[in-house]
Amino acid sequence: MKFKILICMGTSGISAGAEEVAKAFETELKRKNLMDKCKIVRVGDRGLFRDPLVDIITPELGRVTYEYTKPEDVPQIVEEHLLQGKPVERLRAGKDYEQFFSGQMRIVLSNCGEIDPEDIDDYIAHGGYDALKKVLFSAPEKVIDEIEKSGLRGRGGAGFPTGLKWRFCKEAKGDVKYVVCNADEGDPGAFMDRSILEGDPHSVLEGMIIAGYAIGATKGFIYCRAEYPLAVKRLNIAISQAREKGLLGDNILNGSFSFDITIVQGAGAFVCGEETALLASIEGRRGTPRPRPPFPAQKGLWGKPTLINNVETFANIRHIIVKGAEWFSSIGTEKSKGTKVFALAGKVKNTGLVEVPMGTTIRELIYGPGGGMKKKRVKLKGVQIGGPSGGCLPESLLDIPIDYESINQTGAIMGSGGMIVMDEKTCMVDIAKFFLNFTVAESCGKCLPCRIGLKRMLEVLEEITEGRGKEEHISFLQEMGNTVKATALCGLGNTAPNPVLTTLKYFPDEYEAHIRDKICPSHVCTELVKFEVVEEKCVKCGLCYKACPTGAIEWKKKEYPRINKEKCIKCKACIGACDYGAIQ
Amino acid sequence: MKIDLSNTRKIIRQYSEKKGLLIPLLQEIQATYGYVPKESVELIAKELSIFPVEIYGILTFYAQFYLTPRGKHTIKVCQGTACHVMGGKEILDYLSNKLGISEGETTKDGVFSLERVACLGCCGMAPVVVIDNNFYGRCTIQKVDALIEKYYSEEGK
Repeated sequence: MKFKILICMGTSGISAGAEEVAKAFETELKRKNLMDKCKIVRVGDRGLFRDPLVDIITPELGRVTYEYTKPEDVPQIVEEHLLQGKPVERLRAGKDYEQFFSGQMRIVLSNCGEIDPEDIDDYIAHGGYDALKKVLFSAPEKVIDEIEKSGLRGRGGAGFPTGLKWRFCKEAKGDVKYVVCNADEGDPGAFMDRSILEGDPHSVLEGMIIAGYAIGATKGFIYCRAEYPLAVKRLNIAISQAREKGLLGDNILNGSFSFDITIVQGAGAFVCGEETALLASIEGRRGTPRPRPPFPAQKGLWGKPTLINNVETFANIRHIIVKGAEWFSSIGTEKSKGTKVFALAGKVKNTGLVEVPMGTTIRELIYGPGGGMKKKRVKLKGVQIGGPSGGCLPESLLDIPIDYESINQTGAIMGSGGMIVMDEKTCMVDIAKFFLNFTVAESCGKCLPCRIGLKRMLEVLEEITEGRGKEEHISFLQEMGNTVKATALCGLGNTAPNPVLTTLKYFPDEYEAHIRDKICPSHVCTELVKFEVVEEKCVKCGLCYKACPTGAIEWKKKEYPRINKEKCIKCKACIGACDYGAIQ
Repeated sequence: MKIDLSNTRKIIRQYSEKKGLLIPLLQEIQATYGYVPKESVELIAKELSIFPVEIYGILTFYAQFYLTPRGKHTIKVCQGTACHVMGGKEILDYLSNKLGISEGETTKDGVFSLERVACLGCCGMAPVVVIDNNFYGRCTIQKVDALIEKYYSEEGK
């Protein structure tokens, strides 16, 4: 039996130096004449950012994982682990790695970090395309029934029942129909779609082919973000391999059904994640949304009925077909079935992609796989869910279960699944301003509420964070936020006020501190920071001195630091470095 | 500077037959020239019988397109949520201060262009800076400072 060496090489792994590690293994295995005994498999990212991650599978020791592997560690691993049968303990992934994966239920991500995404045979060996083979022997109607029964809802954010969407599209009149995969993952803070495309591209293709068969379409498009070059490369490889195997193209598996897929690259516009804007962009126009109805299922791409689903939704399909709707609907809550992938980041210990059953609470997610806060003495202040369309929830709401309805009730939305943990150093007014900055920049400008309403809200937030806030600003933000929400044309505008409205609702004291006392309690808003050392809080550790890039901080051991205001450029590196809040 | 339009002609021929391909056409023009030159826009408009304004409408709508030449190295500073919380804004401000340019601009010596990006999807390594296609994670102001110096010394400056 061969030894297997799995090396995680998604965008994250590669940027941490996984390719150099793989080359070091190749050199070392050649040197020790082990090449025909070992197989190196370049897999996608597994979701935990402790790259480069290397797994070694041998018959005697089973599977051993190494984290933060460096090329210079490789000779030792080969010598001790492969030749002497003794794993290198000092490099092994420890408790954090175990904790990260133990609380998860990986369905969509099951292949990510396990198979070679550039090798269709590896996917097939892991049960790939079994679902397609099963489907081609049953009626399209049956496929839609199965998806409907499973209770799967769109993973792109809004949570529309997937089976129902498929049915609308099947029943729509038209000789030509299209299937579109929305891979324009633009939410800052969400990267699950990228990881799926990089780590398991065939699962998305399989989902799309099945959808095409079910609704009677022969052509599919994947609209992928331009910022994801590796995902595009791997999709292209996957498509050509699927064509060679007769799984894509004319007469799939020698049957009567034909279906082909084309990749369309986005050009950097967040609004193109909105389905009607996305269609306009595929047609080669400016990506501006249009009113619905008619819905794309009735009139979509070039006026033809079009089914649009997100990457994660398509990646669920094969599992539902193979294991059955009943299995799928047994996971999750009454109205939200299956699992959801979250991109956990911010001030949490373990950052990465976490897949949990619907109904898990936010607290379970952060303190289970997430491992709690990064620094023990730092307190969790809030959690941002759903990116620019979502909201900030306070610590007191961490026990709500993750499902579409419960999260909507808080004023946030599930969104695509970004989850950013924030501590006392994060200013909530600044976060609201940050998201509005983003949505104002990305607003397409077609409808007035979004174009002007958001801009006005941003101007007011700028005044507040720069120390010119007025009492009436709070009611203005509330009124304008609700108006934009109710009147904007598309999903971008309808949800853009959420970050402002939720921070107003859950963190009103922070707004008041900025407006009444002209202070920023988190010392983030530069204009409200004095850049002075508070001696009562200072422990004289010198971290601020080390962090300062301009030498503006004077410090000697056992003395209080002093900030030279002439040299200070107000970059706030010192505030970031101080764990005691001693610089104000 | 005189622009060689023979490549533009070649690309137009490649795409003109297919429908809805103005965006890929422009993407290819940019990949060839590093930006979309005015002269190419005029030629495309003439060859495809559309108004230049339609092309400019697309070019200015999508963030990916540039209408002016870029610096030798492009620095992208991620401004996603995780990077923002971890200090990405401070890094962007610092670089802008150090290089003496605002985001979207190029240094006078043509070495660096500075850009902000919404999210690169590497939130676990926040804050992230990308120079050309090299990712640098868990950045601090000192770390990016050293990076810039390294690039400058490679340029012999």
